[in-house]
Amino acid sequence: MSLTDNAASGTGITRRSLEASSPRLGEKAIFLFLALCGLLSVAVTSAIVVSLLLPTIDFFRQVPLSAFFLDTVWAPRQATGRFGVWPVVVGSLNIVIWALLVAIPVGLASAIYLSEYASSRVRKIVKPVLEVLAGIPTVAIGLFAFWFLRPAAETALPFLDWGSLFSVGVAGVAVGLMIVPLVASISDDAMRAVPRALREGGYGLGANKLKVSLRIVFPGAISGIVASIVLAGSRAVGETMVVLIAAGRTPNITFDPTKSVQTMTAYIGGTATGDIPTGTLDYDTIFAVGTLLFVMTLTLNVFAIRLVRRFREEYE
Amino acid sequence: MAADPMMPLGGRTRLAAAGARAATESALRNPNRADRATGAIFLALLLLGIGVAMAGLAAILIWSLIEGAPRLGLELLTNGPSTVRPEQAGFRTSILGSIMVVGGVLVLIVPVGVGAAIYLEEYADRERWWNRLIELNIQNLAGVPSIVFGILGLAFIVRGPLSLGFVAAAASLTLALLVLPTVIIAAREAIRAVPPSIREGSLALGATRWQTIRRQVLPAALPGILTGVILSVARATGEAAPLLLVGAVTFVTFDPSFFEGAYSTLPVQIFNYSNRPQAEFRVLAMAGVIVMLGLVLLMNSFAVWLRNRYEQSW
Repeated sequence: MSLTDNAASGTGITRRSLEASSPRLGEKAIFLFLALCGLLSVAVTSAIVVSLLLPTIDFFRQVPLSAFFLDTVWAPRQATGRFGVWPVVVGSLNIVIWALLVAIPVGLASAIYLSEYASSRVRKIVKPVLEVLAGIPTVAIGLFAFWFLRPAAETALPFLDWGSLFSVGVAGVAVGLMIVPLVASISDDAMRAVPRALREGGYGLGANKLKVSLRIVFPGAISGIVASIVLAGSRAVGETMVVLIAAGRTPNITFDPTKSVQTMTAYIGGTATGDIPTGTLDYDTIFAVGTLLFVMTLTLNVFAIRLVRRFREEYE
Repeated sequence: MAADPMMPLGGRTRLAAAGARAATESALRNPNRADRATGAIFLALLLLGIGVAMAGLAAILIWSLIEGAPRLGLELLTNGPSTVRPEQAGFRTSILGSIMVVGGVLVLIVPVGVGAAIYLEEYADRERWWNRLIELNIQNLAGVPSIVFGILGLAFIVRGPLSLGFVAAAASLTLALLVLPTVIIAAREAIRAVPPSIREGSLALGATRWQTIRRQVLPAALPGILTGVILSVARATGEAAPLLLVGAVTFVTFDPSFFEGAYSTLPVQIFNYSNRPQAEFRVLAMAGVIVMLGLVLLMNSFAVWLRNRYEQSW
């Protein structure tokens, strides 16, 4: 650049270079720091994958894949350990089913109300309240489920066989309550992203509010709505404290809501509390279950992120 | 009738006009009764849904207040834990532990979280594959269950490469990694909301890139960034699952320190008390829940208020 400057000055006009006059090392250092911050997230993911995989490989050296995926008895801590993972997977599935049974109708009704029916005044109050309530710590929800919902359920449904103090149905309903704000908030955003013109077109053709909500806005926002449900399901799979407190720790293949089950998360949270020595089979088992949990939630999340991206692109 | 301009056109046109008017009126003014009933039922169902959501969540708060009320008092905060005298035990050491752990989280997430957000919004070229990878990666990390971060903390921070041991610093680091994606996503949204014209104006006046970011973009995005940070800190305060794995379960009778010795945090201590059979521990645990809910909901309310108050439309 200094060459062209000299050439220009030869014609009698002095030109100033538009390039920075100093090397701006500070700016470069800041850029480097910021880029490192961005890269840290990738490092965290890599660390998660590595820290899960290494013990998992150790685990599968000692326990064959068939004993993990084909057996149906989960008793890893006994001397003659059985490592059939299905009981804890079915336990998690139970929680997800009950949670979604609560969260889908309640969350979607809330979302349709907030986006289509509520006046802006009501909305301005209800939405922040839901957001604040979404932050209730899960320990509190778990204790509520265990000490309040469980006895209440026994009083309300005395004809069921409430043999155990723990109940997978009650825990699932509590998890459902927990994820309602998530479903409501994402679905509401998706429905509000549907352009006004579509609604007005519906009204112009003589449709009433019910038909506009259900046949125009709801289908128009369907990818966002499905994404909210998938994300909620993933949250339910990964929920630990509520399940640990209210669903118990009995590995059990059952779909009876009054029974105690152990979920994948409850197994990890319940087993890893002590100072378990590294490298033992107990220690590796935690990581094998953790890997399975990670893969399951990651699949759900990738799916949900794709869906969310689709509804964003459609209308913007 | 005589003034009707349609008159000369004869009876058929008049009939058609009357028919059209009747059809229009029946469609607009007099919706059919069944339709109106289903509309009302639908609205009632929606109200029921949102009512259940609000009532269920409110019930958690009200029930906690009722259950824990007998033990509310200053000694709840100042007394240490005890396994033998539940009626006098308190949360002193676990509250101190929580303050330490969450303080550590705050110190870690603000520079790194905001830094990553600035990089992605202001510097990163979207066309490059590594930037898209970082973006996708952050979105996915936000959905990883908290217990998996506990596993990471156990294998990578407590043991393994960092080998900090079961100390408060390890808990801080674990929780910081857990909430980092939330901070980055919130900060990015806040930075993206600052219109490009502000940046262009600053750059045109000769400011460097970093000067523009520091003096124009960051101040304008501050409320949004703060909201994200406060929400994340609130989440870290109430989080228990990953801490089970990084050693917060031990019963701590003396005040904890950051880099050595056993520690516990408020939610883990509540969980610990709730596992004991005596009824006094149940009241004690619920009193702890009130303290925790008070802290967490206060932070959340402040964050939501801050965002709604300072939300700018440019």
